[in-house]
Amino acid sequence: MSAVQEARWDEAYNFAYLDEQTKRMIRRSILKAIAVPGYQVPFGGREMPLAYGWGTGGIQVTASVIGPDDTLKVIDQGADDTTNAVSIRRFFSRVAGVETTEATEEADIIQTRHRIPEAPLREGQVLVYQVPQPEPLRSLEPRETETRKMHGYAEYGLMHVRLYEDIARYGHIATTYSYPVMVNGRYLMSPSPIPKFDNPKMQGNPAIQLFGAGREKRIYAIPPYTSVKSLDFDDHPFEPQTWDESCALCGADNSYLDEVVLDDHGGKMFVCSDTHFCEDRRAKGHRGELGADPAALAFARTADEGEAQ
Amino acid sequence: MSAVMAMNPVAERRPLLKVNKLTKHYGDHIGCEDVSFTVYPGEVIGIVGESGSGKSTLLNVLSAQMPPTSGAVEYDLSAKGLRDIFTLSEPERRKLMRTDWGVVHQNPRDGLRMNVSAGGNVGERLMAIGARHYGELRREGLDWMAKVELDTSRIDDKPKTFSGGMQQRLQIARNLVTRPRLVFMDEPTGGLDVSVQARLLDLLRGLVRELGIAAIIVTHDLAVVRLLADRLMVMRRGHVVEAGLTDQVLDDPHHPYTQLLVSSVLQV
Amino acid sequence: MYVAVKGGERAILNSHELIAETRRGDTSVPEVSTRQISEQLGLAVDRVMAEGSIYDRDLAALAVKQAQGDLVEAIFLLRAYRTTLPRLAVSEPVDTAQMLVRRRVSAAYKDIPGGQVLGPTYDYTHRLLDFALAAEEGVGEPEAPVGEAPLDAGMPHVADILDYEGLIEPEIPDEDASEPFDLTREPMSFPADRDQRLQNLARGDEGFVLALGYSTQRGFGGTHPFAGEIRMGEVSVEIVPEELGFAIDIGDVVVSECHMINQFEGSAERPPQFTRGYGLSFGHNERKVMAMALVDRALRAREFGEAAVYPAQDEEFVLYHADNVEAAGFVSHLKLPHYVDFQAELGLIRKLRREFEERQQKDAAE
Repeated sequence: MSAVQEARWDEAYNFAYLDEQTKRMIRRSILKAIAVPGYQVPFGGREMPLAYGWGTGGIQVTASVIGPDDTLKVIDQGADDTTNAVSIRRFFSRVAGVETTEATEEADIIQTRHRIPEAPLREGQVLVYQVPQPEPLRSLEPRETETRKMHGYAEYGLMHVRLYEDIARYGHIATTYSYPVMVNGRYLMSPSPIPKFDNPKMQGNPAIQLFGAGREKRIYAIPPYTSVKSLDFDDHPFEPQTWDESCALCGADNSYLDEVVLDDHGGKMFVCSDTHFCEDRRAKGHRGELGADPAALAFARTADEGEAQ
Repeated sequence: MSAVMAMNPVAERRPLLKVNKLTKHYGDHIGCEDVSFTVYPGEVIGIVGESGSGKSTLLNVLSAQMPPTSGAVEYDLSAKGLRDIFTLSEPERRKLMRTDWGVVHQNPRDGLRMNVSAGGNVGERLMAIGARHYGELRREGLDWMAKVELDTSRIDDKPKTFSGGMQQRLQIARNLVTRPRLVFMDEPTGGLDVSVQARLLDLLRGLVRELGIAAIIVTHDLAVVRLLADRLMVMRRGHVVEAGLTDQVLDDPHHPYTQLLVSSVLQV
Repeated sequence: MYVAVKGGERAILNSHELIAETRRGDTSVPEVSTRQISEQLGLAVDRVMAEGSIYDRDLAALAVKQAQGDLVEAIFLLRAYRTTLPRLAVSEPVDTAQMLVRRRVSAAYKDIPGGQVLGPTYDYTHRLLDFALAAEEGVGEPEAPVGEAPLDAGMPHVADILDYEGLIEPEIPDEDASEPFDLTREPMSFPADRDQRLQNLARGDEGFVLALGYSTQRGFGGTHPFAGEIRMGEVSVEIVPEELGFAIDIGDVVVSECHMINQFEGSAERPPQFTRGYGLSFGHNERKVMAMALVDRALRAREFGEAAVYPAQDEEFVLYHADNVEAAGFVSHLKLPHYVDFQAELGLIRKLRREFEERQQKDAAE
């Protein structure tokens, strides 16, 4: 930034909280991660002023790639107004003074927890995932020394044993989120706890996808236009979730839906988990079956304004 | 005279495993010392001795589960010929262990995944080498359960619901599914009832002969080697004191220790 | 209508106001100052400095105040602040044999050169609530008598006395060793060397390290420890600035140190001898350094060819779970919304139940 420009952030801290040395170290890890898609790069993660497990990995990655002129969007569960998304957005407003937005298409960097936005991403955008557990094999093998060997030698048979067990027991694969993927035909990778509904969006995506795990101190990445294949069997292919319902507010029938309990007699409605996507559709005149219902509209209004006491 | 030797024409008798002066020390305690022998394809070698004789140490080193203090274990890697397994890279060795080799542990809990169904246990090695068709994995699972005489309706049950004898059969199926050329067995019938032991031995003998698998079996039980082994090595205090064709060694033991062992067991 | 899962900016700001109000408590009671905390809750401050990895009593006292006395939260505050500090230099190793001793005891020998120095300790107090401390007028100005003779200036370590006879493993600094591992800059890697393990334990949660150390005494780890020596006092910290080329004293810190002495039966390469476990911590933290020394020795199992079968001997288990900032963060993250994943699981359970009911109906029909 130019010297004459006034700092727009809290000057008690370096731009984006981390010092420049730390950012350079993290950028080197990110470059390595992009060069070896799906490989978990250990990095000297720092303690952040937000708790481990609350997005410290994603925050460090965002802090290392963000510039003063970038526009940031932060979502949690697909929504811009969930508490932790608000908290992280406030953090970057304070320590980096960047513009923030709720519009997917306007954002240069989108930090996310548990979802990929419904609107397609474009070249030049960076999607930063918060990752609680980067190791897809961890539930099968607790030891890091062993899982690193399994990745090194591409010994992934055990992961298929898990899927086999699902089919033997239920007749179908019962993993619904954190559904493991093979990246670039080489590394088994955890997509973070996104629903498997979102897995196909990772494949061949024009945006850069970066994954930060703060507590476990790992960074990994999917470069643009990279092959990302969800694990499956030839005769039991991968299937994302589907709904019989469509969004009660905007009528979308191709988005991930959250269930909203309306009363204590089993009454419920389904609405888009991606709040911006839903608003955008309603602004364009789309209406769902409860689109004119006062209760549903009240919900939509509360959701839009992010009111909670 | 061994049946296998008679079956194998001389031209095919290229060694499968060649052990040269193998020694394993634990500090100043001798695990095994200066052991040399050769295994040919399809041949079953028995290693007998009392507990503490060094036979389990020898098996663990032979099967690359621990490194030797000195000496070499060469294995025929088909295309690459005989290679010292301890000079192989770790991925090469790990691949060997889950494809061309099998290890049947005395305690099936050490060789099975107790929380994975019987079918998953049998299919694991196949999935590790790239099998990605559920239906075929299922067929292989059923096929192998039938081969080891397990009730195929229990394919989705977990091994922890199986009896000891059934678990041991499952462990054998899990190892043989990739058609290994060499299987290591540590007291495969230990801990089983006598009647169950006899049936398992019968099964093992049939499978080894039918599939032409070479095996190295460690046991303290002379009845096991009498039934299964073509050749025999007797170990005492880390050393091989006598070796030869099983019938010869058991019927005409030369070493006083072997004589003692044979007489004490045959009286039982 | 239930919309608590959505939380807006205003709600967050309100919660900040509420925590500030709660922290202050009844405003008719005078506010506690950080100076009071630093002076009168000194052991809490010591623990926060040790696990927060910053030697600064004022900052630690501020963290204790800000966290309402929640020490794990205070440690977290200090750690997050630490991230913003540059690393200017790496100090020379502190020489604890030259410590200005305030307390020094050995359980291995009755009498030791330099003498046993009880110093300030709760060890021999009867744990009876002292209601005088609760009295309105306070405790006044208690004063302890001054000793008749000054303590020896340098006190050799007890472990070094055994060292002269070759009965204990020698501890020889590796002159060629590169700069020590820095756990605050590098991710953990395995197998972990002793520098990495000790740093992790020094920062590790006192309760966790205590429980692990205790487990080795109860048979989950076969060490037979003697408290060779525990000492606490001031040591000077020196750095060698590149432009000077010689060491300069940059200040004193109070540290606690423990040498545990453990039996070892020997192997083919090593004669039977005593081995060491080591603990060091900022401030006065005896419980922590003793537990740390037990766990340090347990984690050296590999080095001595011992089978590592118990939790305290398992370095991946110990090192990955000792840090309370990591642990508290990950446990507390369960409070974050997980409703996308929960929705996915809800869908699965409905599907599985549907299939179950269909099977039942089919079975019933047959």
